[in-house]
Amino acid sequence: MNKSEKVEILDGRKMSRAITRVAHEILERNGGAESLVIVGILTRGAVLARKLASIIKDIEGVEVNVGLMDINLYRDDVNFNTEQPVVRTTEIMFDINGKNLILVDDVLFTGRTIRAALSQIIDFGRPNTVQLAVLVDRGHRQLPIRADYVGKNIPTTFEDNVRVYFSENDKIDEVILYPASNKKSTAKKNTGGSE
Amino acid sequence: MKLSTRHLLGLEGTPKKDLELILDTAVSFREVLDRPIKKVPPLRGKTVVNLFYEPSTRTRISFDLAEKRLSADSISFSASTSSVKKGESLKDTVRNIEAMKIDMVVVRHKSPGVPYYLTQCMEANIINAGDGQHEHPTQGLLDIFTMRQKYKKIKGLRVLLVGDIKHSRVARSNIWGLQTLGASVAICGPTTLLPYEAEKMGVDIYTNIDEAMEGVDVVNILRIQLERQEAGLFPSQREYTNLFGISRERLKRLNKNFTIMHPGPMNRGVEISNEVADSKESVILSQVTNGQAVRMSVLYLLSGVDEKETPTT
Repeated sequence: MNKSEKVEILDGRKMSRAITRVAHEILERNGGAESLVIVGILTRGAVLARKLASIIKDIEGVEVNVGLMDINLYRDDVNFNTEQPVVRTTEIMFDINGKNLILVDDVLFTGRTIRAALSQIIDFGRPNTVQLAVLVDRGHRQLPIRADYVGKNIPTTFEDNVRVYFSENDKIDEVILYPASNKKSTAKKNTGGSE
Repeated sequence: MKLSTRHLLGLEGTPKKDLELILDTAVSFREVLDRPIKKVPPLRGKTVVNLFYEPSTRTRISFDLAEKRLSADSISFSASTSSVKKGESLKDTVRNIEAMKIDMVVVRHKSPGVPYYLTQCMEANIINAGDGQHEHPTQGLLDIFTMRQKYKKIKGLRVLLVGDIKHSRVARSNIWGLQTLGASVAICGPTTLLPYEAEKMGVDIYTNIDEAMEGVDVVNILRIQLERQEAGLFPSQREYTNLFGISRERLKRLNKNFTIMHPGPMNRGVEISNEVADSKESVILSQVTNGQAVRMSVLYLLSGVDEKETPTT
């Protein structure tokens, strides 16, 4: 990965605006916060989940339950790995039956992580709906999965790498595209929100 | 993340990072046991054989459930109802079972070294569920996990094992695992029930229980096998209980935040009094639940595919 070729897709302020907009969209589509629970996929999805909950609290004054989920036990590549992925702890300390569950992750790519998350959620209960919120959708789905709420769409090639950094864990808030090392970067910075 | 070994034969010589990986992963599996659906899919399609040549209820059910909760297919073999009765050798038995395309074996046998022997004649991953008086690594691990749950770290913890140390595979696994993680370990029992040259294991040795308990954090009480009394290793059950039995009065020498443990099954009123067994400092039932989580962790970590089997995509 040639670091000097990296492209900044979103800086801290643009990230913040996109996340705020997503929070508003969630509230609009669900008619408020009463029926919501939010589950973030470890690790960065969980950070984003907490941010969304915090913004919802500011807007509506309602405290929505937030859970975190490690999906590694539900991966579809278990028969192909020589190493098992590190398993972190899942914490969903509330009932999800009948709720509108907002599943949150930082980047949507092949869709396999979300597939694993859905299998795991069903083992916890039966939500009324599961809606997917992501900060970045970079295309290249390998399964029929789509996001309900998207912070930003980024065109990428399969070999590119997209990383989201949050100041809670990393140094600053930003979204970076690392183009695949054997091609020149042709990605352009877009302005504006999602589709 | 991967263990440095394909098998779990014992805690002696197991590297610290392997122990920590198993224990850390077990935390996640402990959470699975609190879910409404206590099942996760990572061992789907894998077959595990529980090969128990010695009777067991607790360990066998614990492994059986752990395997099923990881979505593996699990079958149990009991020597008493098998062709072993017709004289089939161990080697033939395991080779025949392996020919049915199984992936992992959990074995308990009265001869020490049988799990190692199996690694030499089978391709499957082997987990030792107790081999003679040698080791019982998953019991050692679950004991350590239980201590870690309460005290957060093992380094510097003061642990006392009491009872028939000489014949105890649980004691040996505890000692090796705890020492690797930096605990300070002591053993106590009548001289007839302490191993020869026990000091070479690096433990403090006591034959007086009250002295032994001075300043200790955890007392892990081992079952007294009443058959040993038949063999003349102690004069009477009552004498053992008087001199070594853990009762409420004896506990006053321990550190304030102490813990009572027992691998089970308990002889209530012999090595442990009813009051102590049911006290709030006793974590005996937690040990059983934690045993599930630890066994799920071991099965999960050992089940990664071998490098030569990885398909090229």
